[in-house]
Amino acid sequence: MGQITLNQVTKSFGDVNVIPPLDLEIKDGEFVVFVGPSGCGKSTLLRLIAGLEDMTSGHIAIDGKDATDVPPAKRGLAMVFQSYALYPHMSVRKNIAFPLKMAKMEQAEIDKRVDNAAKILNLADYIDRRPGQLSGGQRQRVAIGRAIVREPAAFLFDEPLSNLDAALRVNMRLEISELHKQLDTTMIYVTHDQVEAMTMADKIVVLRAGNIEQVGSPLELYRTPRNQFVAGFIGSPKMNFLTDAAAAEHGCKTIGIRPEHLDISRESGAWKGVVGVSEHLGSDTFFHVKVEGSKDPLTVRASGEVDLHRGETVFLTPQGEHLHKFDAQGLAIR
Amino acid sequence: MARAVNTQRKAINTAAAWTVALLIFFPILWTILTSFKTEAQAISDPPVFFAFDWTLENYGVVLERSNYSRFLWNSIIIAGGSTILGILIAVPAAWSMAFVPSKRTKDILLWMLSTKMLPAVGVLYPIYLLFIKLGLLDSRTGLVIVLMLMNLPIIVWMLYTYFKEIPGEILEAARMDGASLKEEIVHILTPMAIPGIASTLLLNFILAWNEAFWTLNLTAAKAAPLTAFIASYSSPEGLFYAKLSAASTMAIAPILVLGWFSQKQLVSGLTFGAVK
Amino acid sequence: MATQHSRSAARIMMAPAVILLLGWMLVPLSMTLYFSFKKFLPLRGGDLGWVGFENYVRFVTSSAFWPSVVTTLVIVGGVLLITVFLGVLLAILLNQPMWGQGIVRILVISPFFVMPTVSALVWKNMFMDPVNGLFAHLWKAFGATPVEWLSDVSMGSIIMIVSWQWLPFATLILLTAIQSLDREQLEAAEMDGAQPLQRFAFITVPHLSRAVTIVILIQTIFLLAIFAEIFVTTGGAFGTRTLTYLIYQRVLESQNVGLGSAGGVYAIILANIIAIFLMRIVGKNLDA
Repeated sequence: MGQITLNQVTKSFGDVNVIPPLDLEIKDGEFVVFVGPSGCGKSTLLRLIAGLEDMTSGHIAIDGKDATDVPPAKRGLAMVFQSYALYPHMSVRKNIAFPLKMAKMEQAEIDKRVDNAAKILNLADYIDRRPGQLSGGQRQRVAIGRAIVREPAAFLFDEPLSNLDAALRVNMRLEISELHKQLDTTMIYVTHDQVEAMTMADKIVVLRAGNIEQVGSPLELYRTPRNQFVAGFIGSPKMNFLTDAAAAEHGCKTIGIRPEHLDISRESGAWKGVVGVSEHLGSDTFFHVKVEGSKDPLTVRASGEVDLHRGETVFLTPQGEHLHKFDAQGLAIR
Repeated sequence: MARAVNTQRKAINTAAAWTVALLIFFPILWTILTSFKTEAQAISDPPVFFAFDWTLENYGVVLERSNYSRFLWNSIIIAGGSTILGILIAVPAAWSMAFVPSKRTKDILLWMLSTKMLPAVGVLYPIYLLFIKLGLLDSRTGLVIVLMLMNLPIIVWMLYTYFKEIPGEILEAARMDGASLKEEIVHILTPMAIPGIASTLLLNFILAWNEAFWTLNLTAAKAAPLTAFIASYSSPEGLFYAKLSAASTMAIAPILVLGWFSQKQLVSGLTFGAVK
Repeated sequence: MATQHSRSAARIMMAPAVILLLGWMLVPLSMTLYFSFKKFLPLRGGDLGWVGFENYVRFVTSSAFWPSVVTTLVIVGGVLLITVFLGVLLAILLNQPMWGQGIVRILVISPFFVMPTVSALVWKNMFMDPVNGLFAHLWKAFGATPVEWLSDVSMGSIIMIVSWQWLPFATLILLTAIQSLDREQLEAAEMDGAQPLQRFAFITVPHLSRAVTIVILIQTIFLLAIFAEIFVTTGGAFGTRTLTYLIYQRVLESQNVGLGSAGGVYAIILANIIAIFLMRIVGKNLDA
């Protein structure tokens, strides 16, 4: 139930090679997040799995059976689209019932499943409304409802939260995670937001230009990024990178240090700098410190409210055990 | 957002617009008025506008002289049949162009439109011959086919522009939900495109209703629609204005009323979906 | 965008429309070509054998040919000019705030519903008749001699009748286009100091160009084929014989199918020249 294997999958549009040969193994019940900057091929990869696009070469197997030439309707997967793609001329009930109707299920069974989905997702209050009368969050729930009634082998989510406002996004993130725990079904989730990836995933697949840069659990990627791209992409705010003298000191091309792994002091430290912009979030404070020998200012996190002013001289010290070293190719040195 | 509109300016606009609108509408109004006059009043100088003896006599004469209901029925069958048949053929084609576009889609669309520019008169005799061979001359079936082919490019184009408005993701969702291609078109695309399909239907019904080359040249007695009914008033009966007006009113009334009631749909249809 | 499966489905679903139109174009066209090389008089001996290009030569050298081409172009061009110009003015007027906008719109749209045979008959008899027509009454009321519209100003009269039929179409398309103009754009231009006339010239007019293209394309398609208006009013006399009408006379009135077919081929060539020209413009404009 819900094991997906990609074997040497490629995709090109005309002459443009979007996905070079790619292998991936998704285990049953796993919550996998494809993350990467826009244009990295993550949505294409999801659509290949869905069957909405043809692969140029390679094979896809679902639960051990070859699904390469199986049309989307027969793959037993359900998808939640970025725009929700609800059927505007049908009520919420009809929307959710649609896949079951297509499967020629009996009406009694359809009603039972729709009511059940409505209960899980709290849709009961607006079950007879049209999608046009719903808010963004409600539409999102309906789209998920339409996906779960089919009891698919796996759920595919294509940037499902990107049209919601920030507060709602946090809520829906929790709800989807909760749903995954409840259903225990494989979920593949595409996003460009590394926060979503970190908070939801069992396994993150970081993509760049169609290539898998690294696969691992959120903490693995955070602690031991395989290369400079993953190091920079995962974590918020971004990891600071230093080259030249500071890096040479550690015998490599580039060193990276996360904002939370820099100690800041007025008196002494490894690097001397001047405070620029500071961002006070209450729980944390981020300082942008201009350091000699680095082109970009370094971002530093301090806990709580720290009172430093623009133009003050400060000293920064990296916590040695959290220092990342990269070679000339950007690969991590361990 | 909106600024207060000066009432005086609004009054001037209203007066100007109404004047122009009535001027444009006047020939129709005059025809309808004249149809209720006696022949003498119809040509009186100075003309009378409302102060005449209203009479239905002309309608009686026209109905007596020709079988209006048969012409009307022929018009309905020919215009309705050709439009519905055209839409049935155009929906799948427009689906293909809107949702599976290729490099050639635009060329095919423009080629289809360009077939509409072929002068009908250039192929009149061949069609005439073919119709004799196939026994289609003076038959409603024949005209349904010809008018369907005449309007097919426009139907395809209009449906294409309406379909393009529908996000492809919704059709993909249906596909993921297990719908076959036919189910996708019947349950999702068609209901979503109902306003567009209605506009297309209306506009092409009107175009077919008013078509006056093939309907005049390919029919005689049996299948002649209202265009032929009115053409018989060319001359010298055309000099009897009141009767001519009554016949004209009867020929245009059905479509005029239909047009007025469906005005909103039609305006969007009139733009052939090309102007938003 | 799509899979192999949906692409092949698309091809199959497009086939009926494409095949029908291809047949509709090719079958009669090849028959017309065939006849154009024959001496073919259905009522006077039928098929009298091949004559090479004789029909083509006779058709072009006939004194009626060039005038008919000119007449065609003048009618199409004249109607386009009038409907686009008046259409823009009318669209701007109708876009102003007023009372009874809905009814005004219904009145303006109405001529479009009138079948060409009816409008031609009504105009010819009830308005343009030199004795009993409304215009004659009007002229006499001012002490002027009534004009013999359809013989003295035949072209002007026909252009006027056809323009009346097509003005609603142009107006409504242009009105829709004006209404779709983003208010914020106009307000931004106003903030930038543009005067009303400048706003019209630099914002509204460019915005309308696409709609004008559509008006020209659609109207040309229909205007090249106008028939009933001439059939009913002048019967092609007084210099109103368009190419369409000339061919019609050759085929049906003089029953010379060979000659008429050669004319048909010329008409098709003319239409294609105009079509290529138009499709270029429209193709560009449709991308937007």
